[in-house]
Amino acid sequence: MESTEDLIELCLLMGKIMQQNGAETYRVEDTMTRIAQSFGRAESQSYVTPTGIMFTISPGAPAKLVRVSARETNLEKVNLANNVSRKIASGDLSTQVAYKELRNIETSPTDYSMLIQIIAATLASGFFTLMFQGSWYDFLPACVAGGLGFIALINFIRLFEIKFVAEFIASLLIGFTAFSLFSLGIGKEVDKVVVGSIMPLVPGLLITNAVRDLMAGHLISGLAKGAEAFLTAFAIGAGIAVMFALF
Amino acid sequence: MLIEYAIASFFASAAFGIIYQAPRNAIIKCGLVGMIGWVIYISLVWEEVDSVPATLIASFVIALVSQTLAKVYKTPMIIFSVPGIIPLVPGSLAYDAMRNFVQNDYSAAISIAAKAFMISGAIAFGLVFSEVLNQIIKKMRQTKAQLR
Repeated sequence: MESTEDLIELCLLMGKIMQQNGAETYRVEDTMTRIAQSFGRAESQSYVTPTGIMFTISPGAPAKLVRVSARETNLEKVNLANNVSRKIASGDLSTQVAYKELRNIETSPTDYSMLIQIIAATLASGFFTLMFQGSWYDFLPACVAGGLGFIALINFIRLFEIKFVAEFIASLLIGFTAFSLFSLGIGKEVDKVVVGSIMPLVPGLLITNAVRDLMAGHLISGLAKGAEAFLTAFAIGAGIAVMFALF
Repeated sequence: MLIEYAIASFFASAAFGIIYQAPRNAIIKCGLVGMIGWVIYISLVWEEVDSVPATLIASFVIALVSQTLAKVYKTPMIIFSVPGIIPLVPGSLAYDAMRNFVQNDYSAAISIAAKAFMISGAIAFGLVFSEVLNQIIKKMRQTKAQLR
């Protein structure tokens, strides 16, 4: 017999992992209720926001809460958590085993090393410049600016723990690099270079998830994600704006 | 050149797959999804379709492809759709708007910002449309099975 406590803990951990790593709100709620259902609790209810998750196993039972403080995008973890929930649904896992697996997923290191991620951001910047009708002359400066910006972002996030400050500084650095390279005569159109190299910072997932949540009726999640996206966009814009004023 | 754009968008989306830490075996598919979306978008824009409906159509197709991939590989759909829609995200418009704000050209800034908002709405609408379509098909199959 599965204990109710274990089941609640399992559902909350599942919700937390999914929410932290960029799953959509409806998917988080859906997964949690489905897990409860596969253990015979058809009446569970969940309330998911970007900053916290509430869950009750049956109406009238005390609700439990878990705080979600940091959010990032890690699709691999969403995928792994989803696999666990599939296995639970087909009845292959007990709550204890599933809980252990989820703990492993939560603490597992990222699949890609820092270096690979930085290289990816570097290349992404360059190719985005090409996609925005930049010429091949702009490819290299965009790579340099975008790569430096991304390095700054991941290091300053560790240092400050306030995401927006880190994003502001990263975009300052991008602007500075792009404009100085341009004044040295490297690159044809500085606008295209800047646009391409800020792309790794742009909150694309947040913007679309925000609108998506709003449409699905998750009004609070949608507004909260929208606010986060707006703040990020503002931080990036402000950083570039400062450089505009200087150069 | 369409091929140049296709290659650029493939690598950009695949790189975003890595930044968003998609599973290793999904990276190339992420790139392909992004490429399909961008090629559709850019060819529509070249045919002088407005960028908002072009984005809507492209993101609809991206969502359809992602859903098919998700069903085949039994993964959540967002693994493919998130890196795939990144090329459509109006980053350059948001940047243009910001630049105009800074240069005190507010009327230009507001109109560009509105366009950026419309485009992000179009992306989300495209995703939702294909999801709704998917659910309708699922429900129809269920009722058919029940009728038998």
